[in-house]
Amino acid sequence: MPNDTLSRVSIQTHDFDLGAEVAALRAGDPAVGAVASFIGTVRDRNGGGAGEVSAMELEHYPGMTEKSIEAMIDAALARFDIRAARVVHRVGPLQPGDQIVLVAVSSAHRGQAFQACEFLMDYLKTQAPFWKKETTAEGARWVDARVADDAALARWGITADNAAAAAPALPATAGA
Amino acid sequence: MKVQVRYFAALREALGPQETVDLPAGTTLGALRDRLIASSSRHAEVLARGRALRGAINQAMADDSTPVPEGAEVAFFPPVTGG
Repeated sequence: MPNDTLSRVSIQTHDFDLGAEVAALRAGDPAVGAVASFIGTVRDRNGGGAGEVSAMELEHYPGMTEKSIEAMIDAALARFDIRAARVVHRVGPLQPGDQIVLVAVSSAHRGQAFQACEFLMDYLKTQAPFWKKETTAEGARWVDARVADDAALARWGITADNAAAAAPALPATAGA
Repeated sequence: MKVQVRYFAALREALGPQETVDLPAGTTLGALRDRLIASSSRHAEVLARGRALRGAINQAMADDSTPVPEGAEVAFFPPVTGG
């Protein structure tokens, strides 16, 4: 059986270790034949013509974040033939090159692990309450949501309108 | 009835982290947004109907038609950008 004592979701300021996370995910479950994982990292630029990103700050909604990701993992377990899943997401100040997010999924065979991993990332991108604020030479700005991320979730039959067309987001407050 | 309204990201910077609002029973999330818009020029700018905003009731995503229950924790925030 999957390791029931393992926490499925961690929101943390400190870094994570892929090897340790995967070892914990597989521990005590000899039925696991495949582990798929995804790591998102901080790019040094985020398109839109803005300059190089010198720093990134991640805000979230404590409580709702954990609940929403737990529900996504429940949905993945219902939809795919997988053994277990783990999501780690960092918050607070980050630098280009830093790891931001880990999704890891174990299953008997690779197909379901790959799919569930992608499903969880697509879901998280549009439904988990995190917000990125990046600093460039032009100042700090909140990152805009991407319509492409809604489209990615739509592949799974789930409608999202996170990045629905509307007036631009508020500019970041100077010095905040 | 009293409900707590929380703001995150750019909305938090503009309006502060939270406020308590007194509402008639049965108010929907959309009607709450309209009441907040009417409460000050700053709210009107930040919560304007043309802006992409998302809302949550008791830490679950909700839309304009969802009724706000007594004592609820309501939140407004920009489209999410994690991952």
